[in-house]
Amino acid sequence: MPLTRDPTAGNLAHDEPQPYLWTMNIGPQHPATHTTLRLVLKLDGERVIDAMPDIGYLHSGFEKLGETHDYNQYVTVTDRMNYVSPVANNVAWHHAVEKLMGIEVPPRCQYIRVIVAELARICDHLVCNGAVGLDTGAFTFFMYVFNPREFVLDILEAMCGARFTNSYTRVGGLTNDITPEAIELIRTFLKKMPKVLRDSENLLNRNRIFVDRTKGVGVLTREEAINRSASGPIARASGVERDIRIDEPYLAYKDFDFNVCVATAGDCYSRYLVRMAEIRESLKIVEQAIENLPPGPVNVGIGERARLPEPQAVYSTIEGLISHFELVMTNRGLKVPCEESYAATEAPNGELGFYLVGDGTNRAYRARCRPPSFIHFSLFPHLIRGHMLSDVVAVLGSLNIIAAELDR
Amino acid sequence: MTEPRTIEALNAAYGDLAFSEYRGQTRVVVPSASIHDVLATLKQQLGFDYLVDVTCVDYLQYRDAKDRFGLVYLLARVETNERITVRTFVNDPEPTVPSVVDLWAGANWLEREVWDLFGIRFEGHPDLRRIVLPEAFEAHPLRKDYPLQGRGERHNFPVLTRGEG
Repeated sequence: MPLTRDPTAGNLAHDEPQPYLWTMNIGPQHPATHTTLRLVLKLDGERVIDAMPDIGYLHSGFEKLGETHDYNQYVTVTDRMNYVSPVANNVAWHHAVEKLMGIEVPPRCQYIRVIVAELARICDHLVCNGAVGLDTGAFTFFMYVFNPREFVLDILEAMCGARFTNSYTRVGGLTNDITPEAIELIRTFLKKMPKVLRDSENLLNRNRIFVDRTKGVGVLTREEAINRSASGPIARASGVERDIRIDEPYLAYKDFDFNVCVATAGDCYSRYLVRMAEIRESLKIVEQAIENLPPGPVNVGIGERARLPEPQAVYSTIEGLISHFELVMTNRGLKVPCEESYAATEAPNGELGFYLVGDGTNRAYRARCRPPSFIHFSLFPHLIRGHMLSDVVAVLGSLNIIAAELDR
Repeated sequence: MTEPRTIEALNAAYGDLAFSEYRGQTRVVVPSASIHDVLATLKQQLGFDYLVDVTCVDYLQYRDAKDRFGLVYLLARVETNERITVRTFVNDPEPTVPSVVDLWAGANWLEREVWDLFGIRFEGHPDLRRIVLPEAFEAHPLRKDYPLQGRGERHNFPVLTRGEG
């Protein structure tokens, strides 16, 4: 595919003749891009003059699929968006669906969703920081943080049966309740994790090579972060105090005591620090949630006609039977209003929202996903201009670009 | 949530706009001719400095829909966490709206994506190319008249053998 560009388009150094410029292609298959994305760099020696991201290699029409899958089926597709923290996407998707339908899930379900979303955040931040470390030469750190990630996957396996593509949520509830084994695993994890974090931070925080390669690299100012729609840890590393968990509390987040982690430098190093600090805050939230887990059902009641009733209720009560019948018959299903709504959650990567248009059927008329990776990758040319070629991987890693979410 | 102040200011500047409320979200429908002015007012005078998303809905098969495409701008204000949804409608042929890249740099890729998948032209966009689909692609696949399985692009893809490419 030719990378043609409108020559009037400004700052690409296309128009002025500079025969000494090199053009370098990275990707779409390159170990340092981690996923399938392509960069065309304009180089002056080793200095990057400009970068042209070329995306779409993983475009699979997720939004088109959202119009043909029903609200419960589509959760399996959201798993494949940000595949480093799939369960956070599940939570975001069904949060949006429930907002459109006006369903309030029971407190126990809210708490469990908070727990899995925060575990996903820990997992995502560990992988992201591990990848930054790996790309800047700290292989040991990568191994240190992948070990606890395995443990998070074990917890998720105990909770919902799948390690990776969890599909844990359903409209109005969860596939299954949390088990005592999973609670024990989470408690063990909470005990182990502070030491792991200390060890890994000791490896990198004052590591001369790592600090030199990330400090002052890829600086995003606060104004630019807001103007270019950055969100999540990237915006917070630039001093934007914006965290949807606190600003517009959804699920049970208003019950927990935690801090928003903000840095002001806006470089790769502060993004690393913000992510490390957020892992600690997430541990705090998980601990509060697991110790105060409310009793009661995880699914909404039979009267809401959103979640399939328990088999016991189907076989022994007429309401359960009717509700089951209404939900599984082909011309019945969920009652969704002909309305549009947007619901955002604070995913590990930033603001993950879904703009849903309901048309009365059990399929979304339009299922728009607001993907944080997509918006963050558009920052890339701005961040890399003027830096060295070796900084490309540091900036790319610290933006945490997940190509499946980028292209959808 | 949108503060009443914002609604009053918009109504005072542009006459009575159609506001509606659903699940705590305030939406306003703006004629496509004045969309750029309204968004500029929201950004420059009312402080909506954060563009959350630009997206589009094709209302071709939507019951009782009068217009073909509905563009959706989700705005937020970082200081107060105020949000507002601005919508406008455009129609065939040649659906066109003014670009808002001059207001928010973050709109660049979002508008390119809408152009790619829906075929809405953004006038004044600095670099309106396709973004997720290849340049040679002809259709706009998120339109409702585009079939789910495509029009054979995938199966009729020209196969290059080594040496030809």
